[in-house]
Amino acid sequence: MSIPTQLKYTKSHEWVKSESDGTVTVGITQHAQELLGDMVFVELPKIGRILAQKEECIVVESVKAAADVYSPLAGEVIAVNSELESSPEKINQDPYHAWLFKLKPANIADLESLLDAQGYEKALESEAH
Amino acid sequence: MLKITPLNQAHRDMNAKMVDFGGWDMPLHYGSQLDEHHKVRQDAGMFDVSHMLVVDIEGENVRNFLRQLTANNVDKLTVSGKAIYTCMLNPDGGIIDDLIIYFLSESWFRLVVNAGTADKDIAWITLQRDQAAPDLEIKPRRDLAMIAVQGPNARAKVWQVISGAQTVTENLKQFQSATFDQYFIARTGYTGEDGFEIILPANEAVAFWKKLYAAGVAPAGLGARDTLRLEAGMNLYGQDMDEATNPLESGLAWTVDLKSERDFIGKQALLQTAIKRQLVGLLLLDKGVLRSHQKVMTQHNQSECEGEITSGGFSPTLNQSIALARVPVQVAIGEEVHVLIRDKKLAAKVVKYPFVRNGQILI
Repeated sequence: MSIPTQLKYTKSHEWVKSESDGTVTVGITQHAQELLGDMVFVELPKIGRILAQKEECIVVESVKAAADVYSPLAGEVIAVNSELESSPEKINQDPYHAWLFKLKPANIADLESLLDAQGYEKALESEAH
Repeated sequence: MLKITPLNQAHRDMNAKMVDFGGWDMPLHYGSQLDEHHKVRQDAGMFDVSHMLVVDIEGENVRNFLRQLTANNVDKLTVSGKAIYTCMLNPDGGIIDDLIIYFLSESWFRLVVNAGTADKDIAWITLQRDQAAPDLEIKPRRDLAMIAVQGPNARAKVWQVISGAQTVTENLKQFQSATFDQYFIARTGYTGEDGFEIILPANEAVAFWKKLYAAGVAPAGLGARDTLRLEAGMNLYGQDMDEATNPLESGLAWTVDLKSERDFIGKQALLQTAIKRQLVGLLLLDKGVLRSHQKVMTQHNQSECEGEITSGGFSPTLNQSIALARVPVQVAIGEEVHVLIRDKKLAAKVVKYPFVRNGQILI
């Protein structure tokens, strides 16, 4: 499984992409979608919602289970990928492009506290044991 | 150590995602559970159900023994190969298991029981045998495998694979079986589609599975099996019913023969129990997914019999969430109820199930 090196990650399987305008884009990883199986429903947060780091902000439901998605950083929700409401399967098909929401971080420096691809790979390995 | 079926390696070779299913290492899906579901509804899929246990009961007058063992009446079985679906009850009327009984001859009946209850069933049947018919032999058949081939094209594809089987099996009605060569072929299933359940020697299972695959039958896992049976409104033991529930409150009154003189284990309890709960279908009107154990709030709720979802999920055919729920008997079809999902109360409609049969949406 290849983990894109340009992204940051959390142990709870979110990916974070740092945009040039200082915002970040958030999705869930290949590993997360594999664990959950076919997605059937996504409940997105409201635009403008202020999130704390690690706050539950999205529910994704697959054929198998409901799972919470946590905000990787503190900040304000500035966009959501509403296409996923009608086509949740896009998360299965291409998890690193099927983004969930965009965040204006309260402190962009917090990005450095997240895992890089190598760190995430190690986290996955230790989870498997 | 997980138990494995004769097809375990074949599943792994097909990249199955394997899961621990009640102590058995079984395929959940082979890539996409949704695709497998649609394949069964529209064409043909196959399931390894070898974890279920075939139990042959042999000896003099097996029928008489089964008369008192099960809630449905084996006297309905008059032609060799005919089958019935029934519950096996404890003296309180609680469901020990649900099973299919095939009548082969007066000295040979075949039972197919659930995997998770197999040991318990054998112990119970043996106990009853010892008391009522000590000369009968109870034979668990772990030397056999079972493959369900289901879907509108399932039978034709089986005939393509087992040359010569068509003449023997094409006139079988639902719940009838025939033996051809090494295959025991029954027109039964757990998907709401046409098809066969085929019992065969364990050492032949892999070759047969591969031939079916080559004939275009898609492997389908337990995930699709669950959504298919839920759409078809078929109970799952351990979820929709168990020893704490009886068939009359589990949508299975049609399988209980209370009319004949025949006595059977659990009959007295059923006659004396006031039925307060029923199993109904739910269709979620709001967005979300119904799951088992979510609470159902109705205008009839009393604290001692609150409603609860017994099986819930996303219906791929309806593209909407559906469930089976146990609710007070006062709840009527068409009524709107609320389901507590996390912190929200979502609206659902009470419907008559099955939701889907033979590819058609019924609600």
